[in-house]
Amino acid sequence: MSVLAPNLRRDSRTMEQAAAKGRSLWDDARRRLFRNRAAVASMILLGLFLLAAIVGPYLTPDHYDTINKNDVWDPPLTNGHLLGTDSLGRDLLARLLVGLRVSLAIGVVATAVSLVIGVTWGATAGFLGGAVDELMMRFVDVLYTLPFIFFVILLMVTFGRHFLLIFLAIGCVEWLTMSRIVRGQTLSLKQKEFVEAARASGLSTRAIIGRHIVPNLLGPVVVYATLTIPGVILLESFLSFLGMGVQEPLTSLGTLISNGAEEMDLAPWLLIFPSLVMVLTLMAFNFIGDGLRDAIDPKDR
Amino acid sequence: MFRFLLRRLLVAIPTLFLVITAAFFMMRAAPGSPFEMSRKLPPEILAHVEAKFGMNRPLGVQYVSYLAGVAHGDFGPSLKYQDKSVLEIVREGFPTSLTIGLSALILASLVGLTLGVLAALRQNHSLDYSVMGIAILGVCIPSFVAAPLLRQVFASNLGWVPTGGLNGPISLVLPVVVLALPQIAIISRLTRAGMIEVLHSNYIRTARAKGLSEPTVVFRHALRAAIVPLVSYLGPACAGLITGSLVVEKIFNLPGLGKSFVLGALQRDYTLVMGVLILYASLIIALNLAGDMLLAVLDPRVRLS
Repeated sequence: MSVLAPNLRRDSRTMEQAAAKGRSLWDDARRRLFRNRAAVASMILLGLFLLAAIVGPYLTPDHYDTINKNDVWDPPLTNGHLLGTDSLGRDLLARLLVGLRVSLAIGVVATAVSLVIGVTWGATAGFLGGAVDELMMRFVDVLYTLPFIFFVILLMVTFGRHFLLIFLAIGCVEWLTMSRIVRGQTLSLKQKEFVEAARASGLSTRAIIGRHIVPNLLGPVVVYATLTIPGVILLESFLSFLGMGVQEPLTSLGTLISNGAEEMDLAPWLLIFPSLVMVLTLMAFNFIGDGLRDAIDPKDR
Repeated sequence: MFRFLLRRLLVAIPTLFLVITAAFFMMRAAPGSPFEMSRKLPPEILAHVEAKFGMNRPLGVQYVSYLAGVAHGDFGPSLKYQDKSVLEIVREGFPTSLTIGLSALILASLVGLTLGVLAALRQNHSLDYSVMGIAILGVCIPSFVAAPLLRQVFASNLGWVPTGGLNGPISLVLPVVVLALPQIAIISRLTRAGMIEVLHSNYIRTARAKGLSEPTVVFRHALRAAIVPLVSYLGPACAGLITGSLVVEKIFNLPGLGKSFVLGALQRDYTLVMGVLILYASLIIALNLAGDMLLAVLDPRVRLS
């Protein structure tokens, strides 16, 4: 990226002007993000996917669990099935839309869970420091060395394959890195003058964490959260693949891929379309995450 | 160094203890039992079977006796495979898992390092962009997508390799490639980042200024420093390979440990699940430790504390 250096210089110049005009750091970040073509394309694609996942299931002629005994393994574009049908004659498009909805929902909600735990844990440890910090981060270190996938599998086995539980289980696994990032940021933030000023004016520790530390952590947290969502989707699909994900007839991208893989000799479209949607979704999130990182923290490049 | 090792070992023991405890009680809290069959057992037979495995005792007693067994290296009998101890099952399955895991690690390191170095040397050229494109694809194409696709093309259509089962080294080619792909992506990214940073450092400029040949600069001086961060990726790589092996062993129908674990969890084979979990947890902890120590050996700036 040879164009980067002049860009950066220009950005820093516009930032100086911005100070005069009152343009915020976020405005600058947004401008940089929209200049990143891969990120913009990904946002458009993801927007379309999101729209399709939300309204799509209401628009398909067939319901996702309608079984048509006469339409088994119809190839795409036959009998009014745009993407074909599966072994029970269910419309793949309808199932794909529902699967996408489930996967995206799990991705977002589990990331939110990991966000709440990770930010609270990391901000508290970083801000309090000392022995508390040592203890809290040692705990994270210990959890880090565990083979987590096994615990998620055990969790699914223990509490059944309830939809909400998948959110929770995955969220509980994914917060570790978030807490480390947040702690590091907090450690450097709490040295800043405005925190000292807040403390001098008698604000309680909790209020300082909530009102001054957390809002300033937003940048890296947003970036990492964007990169967590595809990780979560992948983990859920992984569980579905092993037969521990959402329960039939409900479906997710991972379940669809898993079923498709079993029947790919007879009906390759059952594997190809869900895989394509999955890979595109993961790539879009990754590009947006990378773009956000470059936009929010350009010196990191 | 010795004190560091000792301290880390002292942390590793409670960690393992935590793993065992959490897994033990989670397994027991799971609904169902290993003795549930499609046909319901008469209560007196069930009671007899439970008594045979000591499962009629209070949970706390079972936990303590399990811990005592583990401390002696006794992981108990499998509850599902008759007349087989957990150790026997592990001994049968682990070589397969270890073979594909190690081969994948070696393959991923070789390919990943090569790609990463090439990308760094041609930074911002088409080669660099292609390598980074491959890296993004490698991360975004999950193993459970890559595995069936590759199997379809190379096993079903072209017939170069068998579709599954353990049948000589040729049957391990696809599983190893599938396992290695995401690791190749990550290792090439790490290598590229490390190389780019090192190539800009002063001592590389010095090496070039005193007239060393480019290969010497790259391989003797830059690469040696650039792979240091990779060493700390050893532990996570191992975890990733183990995770991947769960999928790969299922798709390619390999008799490895990952398959035993998933089946055991679904069938409530408590002792088998615990045994595999303890083995894998120890492996990951040991590799994390080895990574940290290697790092200190390779990079004198890292102080072990």
